[in-house]
Amino acid sequence: MPNVMIRIKDNGALLFYIAKKDQEDEIATVEVDTDNEWGGVVELTDGSKYYIEPMSPRPSFPTTLRFKRAE
Amino acid sequence: MTTMTREETQALIQEVLEVYPEKAKKDRVLHLTVNDQGVEQSKKCITSNRKSLPGVMTIRGCAYAGSKGVVWGPIKDMIHISHGPVGCGQYSRAGRRNYYVGTTGINTFGTMNFTSDFQEKDIVFGGDKKLSKILTEIDQLFPLNKGITIQSECPIGLIGDDIEAVSKQGAKELEKPIVPVRCEGFRGVSQSLGHHIANDAVRDWVLGNRDNDTSFEVTPYDVTIIGDYNIGGDAWASRTLLEEMGLRVIAQWSGDGTLAEMENTPKAKLNLLHCYRSMNYVSRHMEEKYGIPWMEYNFFGPTKIAESLRKIAGFFDESIQIKAEKVIEKYKAEFDAVIAKYRPRLEGKRVMLYVGGLRPRHIIGAYEDLGMEVVGTGYEFAHNDDYDRTIKEMGNATLIYDDVTGYEFEEFVKTVKPDLIGSGIKEKYIFQKMGIPFRQMHSWDYSGPYHGYDGFAIFARDMDMTINNPCWNKMQAPWLKSETEDASAEAA
Repeated sequence: MPNVMIRIKDNGALLFYIAKKDQEDEIATVEVDTDNEWGGVVELTDGSKYYIEPMSPRPSFPTTLRFKRAE
Repeated sequence: MTTMTREETQALIQEVLEVYPEKAKKDRVLHLTVNDQGVEQSKKCITSNRKSLPGVMTIRGCAYAGSKGVVWGPIKDMIHISHGPVGCGQYSRAGRRNYYVGTTGINTFGTMNFTSDFQEKDIVFGGDKKLSKILTEIDQLFPLNKGITIQSECPIGLIGDDIEAVSKQGAKELEKPIVPVRCEGFRGVSQSLGHHIANDAVRDWVLGNRDNDTSFEVTPYDVTIIGDYNIGGDAWASRTLLEEMGLRVIAQWSGDGTLAEMENTPKAKLNLLHCYRSMNYVSRHMEEKYGIPWMEYNFFGPTKIAESLRKIAGFFDESIQIKAEKVIEKYKAEFDAVIAKYRPRLEGKRVMLYVGGLRPRHIIGAYEDLGMEVVGTGYEFAHNDDYDRTIKEMGNATLIYDDVTGYEFEEFVKTVKPDLIGSGIKEKYIFQKMGIPFRQMHSWDYSGPYHGYDGFAIFARDMDMTINNPCWNKMQAPWLKSETEDASAEAA
């Protein structure tokens, strides 16, 4: 269950940063991504997947969230 | 020697690893790689931030070095107690040349060493009483200090002293911020964790102190310089450029910085981050808590400076953008003259770097401006996000080495035969005795500043006087030289 800081990158994409692992990756896809809900399975550009309960309202970035490893 | 191909470089790494026992070889092979700009993520080709192998010569420091030496130490109006035995503080005292303005011992304390000088009885009975006595004593002797930090050395963590309780008690009595920092040297694998711990201490004990205080007048052009330690005056050379383009620098972290500047940082509009490795943590925190954007910039060499100035100006309105162009224009004649003078003398020279923090990737641009090429680079204590940023800066098929050992570095140098090596004091004399020009790039070999346009002129001069120093032709004793060499030397 890593603590993940998500911020908006210069190119508009969301950057997924795990401090413990020094991993910085863009988020490729988010399962639920609407105006008032965000979450579900999050896939990164390197192929790894994380899960977070979809939350409502949509969080404002940057923020720190607690993800679970999917699969 | 001409540039090495990918295969040759790979073969070199294999050859160097040959002497290690099987287990050590398995570990070290992960830390050495041939650069491939096509790789997006460094974790696919290099492992970093791992424990050094026992028995090899590593060049790393400890968590205390990262906190006291790097992040907290330069804050000039606070007193930093090296809490524990006397050596850690004394042998690292004033070695880093982070310049500051002030009267040392009166209102600034940068080059002084304060220590609790642990003895046997402090280890046996605990040092908390001694610490609280020291706090009072410091405040009597140096009443103009703005606060005190307690930088733990190894024994503090081992004997389990409660420095937090002492700090809270002391802060109440002295009515000054007293910051306990749990940066015992044994934590982590290198100084990098010390940076992180220090950043967390800043976050927990300093950053929020003036959240409800609106007496500080803000302007829309407030920026801060974060992660510039003012080595040889670096931060000043950077600051002038930012001020010329119309920005107001409200804080310097932490070279020539003060406690008040740090407390006011959350009121800035933009955090400018120079040393990503040591201060990204607190920048990320401020972005999340206060919504202050941060950006990495690079003030080494005119190409990168212009790039950075434009990028910084992009965060502000047009008036700043115009002024940024004016600044670049203003210094153009100056840096063109520097390049015209030194480039012919340095063109085509090859450099190997092995330092820490941001320099292994940031300085590359400055060398390229002088027509030089960086053929190998590596970090003492980088993490994968640093290597992500390095891969793009380095040429294809160049060497990248993480936490390189003394042996590996020497062997690489023997084969690659660079014209200049930039590394630390521990490597300096080995390579100079091997007859290779060397610059100590931790504190700019007692020169500097190297940041900004002013710094670039000094940088170019220093590189020239090192590489083209006549002493490098005198490596062989005259009576050992053959006749022909003598003749050619005289002709030259």
